[in-house]
Amino acid sequence: MSSLAQSQLRETFELNIGPQHPATHGVLRIKVVMDGEYIDRAEPILGYIHRMHEKMGENRTWNQFWPNMGRLDYLSAIAYNHCYAGLMERALGIVVPERAEYIRVITAELNRIQSHLLGFGAYIMDLGGFTPLMYAMDEREQILDLLESVTGSRLTYCYFRFGGVYNDIDDDFITGTRAFLKRFRPQIDLYHKLVTGNVILMDRLIGIGPLSPEICRKYGATGPVLRGSGINFDIRKNEPYSVYPELDFDIPVYHECDSMARYMVRMDEMGQSCRIIEQALNKLPEGPVMAEKVPKALKPPKGDYYYAVEAARGMFSMRTVSDGTNNSYRMRLRSPTYSNVSLFEEASRGMLLSDALAFLGSLDPVIPEMDR
Amino acid sequence: MDRAKIKKELEKLAAEGLPAGQPQEEAPVVVQAEGEGEDKAKAKAKKEEDVPRKNGLIETDYAKRGAHLDVQINPDQVVKAAELLDSEGMTIDMVTGVDWIKEGQFEIIYDYSYTAGGPAFRVVVRARVDRNKPDIPTISHIYGGANWHERETWELLGINFVGHPQLEHFLLPEDADFFPLRKDFKP
Repeated sequence: MSSLAQSQLRETFELNIGPQHPATHGVLRIKVVMDGEYIDRAEPILGYIHRMHEKMGENRTWNQFWPNMGRLDYLSAIAYNHCYAGLMERALGIVVPERAEYIRVITAELNRIQSHLLGFGAYIMDLGGFTPLMYAMDEREQILDLLESVTGSRLTYCYFRFGGVYNDIDDDFITGTRAFLKRFRPQIDLYHKLVTGNVILMDRLIGIGPLSPEICRKYGATGPVLRGSGINFDIRKNEPYSVYPELDFDIPVYHECDSMARYMVRMDEMGQSCRIIEQALNKLPEGPVMAEKVPKALKPPKGDYYYAVEAARGMFSMRTVSDGTNNSYRMRLRSPTYSNVSLFEEASRGMLLSDALAFLGSLDPVIPEMDR
Repeated sequence: MDRAKIKKELEKLAAEGLPAGQPQEEAPVVVQAEGEGEDKAKAKAKKEEDVPRKNGLIETDYAKRGAHLDVQINPDQVVKAAELLDSEGMTIDMVTGVDWIKEGQFEIIYDYSYTAGGPAFRVVVRARVDRNKPDIPTISHIYGGANWHERETWELLGINFVGHPQLEHFLLPEDADFFPLRKDFKP
């Protein structure tokens, strides 16, 4: 065989990324078939941290399932609390006091900011910049302290109850949150100055990992991934729950469909969350934080119930099938990253390996939530 | 997305699957498929006299249930339903399997929603298969996102999605030979 004919042979090789790799943000493994520096096929392999939460939902009572809600997405656990609370309140017809709903929104938005902060820091670290993580961690620590003072835990929150929240917020929390907002707002501009305008970052993100609105739809992508592809969809606006309709905020949408767009959506969302928290603090009504009549033994009527919330990574929804007893007949959890990462295989075809990692980071996966 | 059209088409689809339903005028290939569906439906109706729900569409109370439309169809019609909802720009949210062991059936629930802006619109499509022969066609060629959901449902409940490209172990270990979400599963 001549040397020319030989060079036209297409040789591929397999490469394993993860399960222990910093760029996969946890124990995700990606089996890649490489054609030189380019990806032929990249198949995400899940299940390294699978805990069968859905089965746990079936063999625990409704109340006993609460702690599981903090252990799916450990970065935006309050949104998951919100979903479970909303689901069961829908099933049982519990009316939640207004103060409790405001507290829910305040804590959920604080939680969203800290999730995006870590997402921002870790993402830049994936791309080789270590310092921004330190800045992000500094701010994030303030939020964790605030949330710890009211929920009792730093990450795995189990704060909501059916009918309200278990602990009222105090003046320390309110003044602390106001002080945080005052301190945090200029920081977002600082991040943009430090990071966003950086030419290396722009080269690594702009035009990388294009996701058309069509592929997002086919795969059920939601959250910043969808909004980075130019679609204005946010459960908080499109399917309003809690007291979000009473608050004034915008949904950041970018039409570039690339990794930079998804990054910018997250950055802008932090500013919008600040707006929400500030308004909610101003409007915070007096009153109880728990509904008065919540039955001890919960027995939702037969049938199935569905509830969706906007978590930091997209739409988290739950479907429960009740057979009228005190535990669920079937508990289904729909986690946003699961759908967001499922498009990775199709979208990463033909991409440079280094670009694919930048692309994966822009999907902001949280593995325990995918594996459930 | 046209809500009224989706409702009408799904109603039609559900009526087609009913044993007493008149065959609709469609392309010849479809009629053939329908004949099959009718036979199955007849056999099904005989077997399950006291099944609580017959095929058909219900407009559910969104505030109570969290969905707008709820339709039950024959298992061989799920592809048609997916094609219909796909042409209307709907998204697949998730695929859920439920083990109704007393009735000897699996229920497969498809959640569709509209995520392209505007008020949310949620459609639930259900189908029931025999527990001893749990075969249902895949919709992963229409919705790429259904691939993982179907694979997971196969793995945890043992529902066979006919035509699925990759029914391999996913979340469980490679050597798992059990279906943990089946109600007769003993750890």
